[in-house]
Amino acid sequence: MKRLNDLEYLKLNRLQAFLYKLKLFFCAIPGFFKGIGLAILNFFKNCGLAIKNEFKDIFTTFTKGNWAVKLSFFIFGFGNLYYGQIMRGLLFLLFEVVFIGYMLLPSGGIYWLSKGNWFQTGATVGTVQGGFQYDPIFDVDYWVGGDDSVKVLLYGLLTIIFIIAFIYTWRLQVKQCRICMDITAKGKRVRSGKDDLKSLLDDQFHKTLLALPITGILVFTVLPIIYMVLIAFTSYDAAHDGYANLFSWVGLENFNEMFNFGKGGLGLAFGEILSWTLMWAFFATFTNYFLGMFVAIMINKKGIKIKKFWRTVLVMTIAVPQFVSLLYVSKLFDSSGIIGKLLINWNLLPQSMVDANQMSLWQNPLTARILVIVINIWVGIPHIMLMATGILMNIPQDLYESSRIDGANTIQQYTKITLPYMMFVMGPYLLTSFVNNLNNFNVIYLLTNNSPLLNTQIGSAGGVSVSHTDLLITWLYKMTLNSAETKYYLASIIGILVFVVVAVLSLIVYNVIPSTKNEEDYR
Amino acid sequence: MNNYQLKKRLRKSGLGAKASRRIGNTAVYIVLILITVIWLFPLFGLVLESFRVEATSQQSYLWPKKFGWDNYVRLFTKTDFPIWFKNTAIMGIATAVLQTFFVLCMSYVLSRLRFKGRKGLMNIMLILGMFPGFLTMILIYKVFSDLGLTMQNAPIGLIIVYCASSGMGYYVSKGFFDTIPKSLDEAARVDGATRWQVFYKVIMPLSKPIIIYTVLMGFMNPWGDFMMASYIIHENSAGMNVAVGVYEWLSKTMVNSNYTMFCAAGVVVAVPVTAVFLMLQKYYVEGVTGGAVKG
Repeated sequence: MKRLNDLEYLKLNRLQAFLYKLKLFFCAIPGFFKGIGLAILNFFKNCGLAIKNEFKDIFTTFTKGNWAVKLSFFIFGFGNLYYGQIMRGLLFLLFEVVFIGYMLLPSGGIYWLSKGNWFQTGATVGTVQGGFQYDPIFDVDYWVGGDDSVKVLLYGLLTIIFIIAFIYTWRLQVKQCRICMDITAKGKRVRSGKDDLKSLLDDQFHKTLLALPITGILVFTVLPIIYMVLIAFTSYDAAHDGYANLFSWVGLENFNEMFNFGKGGLGLAFGEILSWTLMWAFFATFTNYFLGMFVAIMINKKGIKIKKFWRTVLVMTIAVPQFVSLLYVSKLFDSSGIIGKLLINWNLLPQSMVDANQMSLWQNPLTARILVIVINIWVGIPHIMLMATGILMNIPQDLYESSRIDGANTIQQYTKITLPYMMFVMGPYLLTSFVNNLNNFNVIYLLTNNSPLLNTQIGSAGGVSVSHTDLLITWLYKMTLNSAETKYYLASIIGILVFVVVAVLSLIVYNVIPSTKNEEDYR
Repeated sequence: MNNYQLKKRLRKSGLGAKASRRIGNTAVYIVLILITVIWLFPLFGLVLESFRVEATSQQSYLWPKKFGWDNYVRLFTKTDFPIWFKNTAIMGIATAVLQTFFVLCMSYVLSRLRFKGRKGLMNIMLILGMFPGFLTMILIYKVFSDLGLTMQNAPIGLIIVYCASSGMGYYVSKGFFDTIPKSLDEAARVDGATRWQVFYKVIMPLSKPIIIYTVLMGFMNPWGDFMMASYIIHENSAGMNVAVGVYEWLSKTMVNSNYTMFCAAGVVVAVPVTAVFLMLQKYYVEGVTGGAVKG
């Protein structure tokens, strides 16, 4: 489409300008997706190139290397030992011995891998089904243990990770051997074990500091997430718990179940819950944002005294643990709570609700939804207020003075100076807070679960009863908690879908917000 | 009517700018007082109802007819609340220490050291953070129950859960480290300090606010957590934290006999936590504002 230059743009009236911008936005969408496509293509291209180069490098290392380097292709760390890097050499050798030992043990890597039936649709995870057998001597049935699918999958996954680590280490030590060879050929000294240890506190200091946190993340986040993504392709639920009953690979069947939009299908429940989740996150984020800013501006207004007191009052809701405040407030609005009773006694409830025998605000879908958003304001404003206070103090005061001389009133100052400035600085925070609200378990669960308002339209969604205020995250939670009805595979799919929603949103927002800035700028 | 028009009219009626500001301020004061009432009402209600003796169920009035310590006495003698409180306090302290260590290591490295794969690491953590954290609990619960870290040993399991991946929450403290001038490091390096010495002799002494902020966040986390805790604890009273333990009292069958006791428990939990928080409020504000502005 035709782009206007600045002069032409300024000539447009408000509506035209708005339409122009809207048009620009929609015209930019194909370009956006093209950009993503190209980026993905480039990524694979670069990967291919990198792999090609690696192989080339390995090949030249083998052909040009001396016998020690050649031997280290098979015996880990041989080259290191040969060139005097005793510590590294021994560590590499140890790794190889442990790896081969683990793989070949009777219940080691190969055993677990062979049991997995990886990704064969219809095949069970694990091969031996446990069961009761009759013992004629004692006249009882006794349990003969078989495989545990959960363990088969877990150890299989660990083995695969171990193999990848093995290949990486192999490549690493081959590279190091070659470097040693080159250094010795130049007549220099290779790094000794002592140098290595010293460098861990100096130029390799990041490795020392990162070792524990990264290990924690690998074990407690990366591994479980990969595992749960695999679970999405199996039939892991209460009836197939892996021990009493093996679960099996089902391919994409679970996704079909999730996106079944027919009558009684899960697709309806998913659509309903997702739309409320997005609605909730939108309102929760923006009501908090604007009201919080408003309160901050009020408190920081010139001539207002005891600023610290007002701030402390608001901060109280951050300080008091959420389960105390939220549960108490939830009970206040209950039909027997103080405010709930007040509404009944003063006939403040809408007649339609009374007719439907909905005696508290929690009992009606619409009022319940409004109420959680309102109570969330109570919880959330203080955070924004604190942040906005910090930012407000950073806005140059001369902007306000010059605008006043030009005849701007308070509202104009707000919309033309304060708001754009805040928007710019807090843009990334708004995204984080939106994502946090998508996953805001505490507010929803603690407020509404004691007086659930079951959504009868979508019925029992995946074995659990869902209320009108349930978010994806509470749905996920309910699906895993009740042990008789757990459907882990559905929980896994919901988790993946939450990820998709968040990822798409983040991609869009990062492309729209101006403050995707260079982090070095702040120095 | 906006402020500008108001001013015009006031000028016509002979009032000065001072008077118009006074009117504006009065309006703000009224709103602020209203806010104070709304914000403090539930907290006062909680305290008042915890002292009510005449009825343990929910009542339609706020002011107790008879004050007394009955609910507190019952709380500490007839229930498992002391165990829950002890569990949560242990978890709070342990999490505060360990989480601070993890977060500081991570954020310091990402902020002040440059190495190969740094950007990649940050991107991977960003992507990992997009999965709901609760998803990992299914596998972790299975493994922990084999290791005996659930049920009555849940506090140990929960400490591991809270701390192990806490390195992913490095954003706020990285924002803080980003603001310390790089020339400090360079000067120390020129004088012959190793990176380790820069870390603990130069930067750490300057980082008191962010250390306290991280400790505070770590300490608060177990007090408010319900989701992870309820999953790992699996309804075993000996391993509960206060949130999970007290939650049961508000269920339909128990609320009538336990409501005021819940209020008392709330007060007992809220008072120390709130006191700690308000004491360290300054650092919290610094952390929150700093982290937000720098992203």
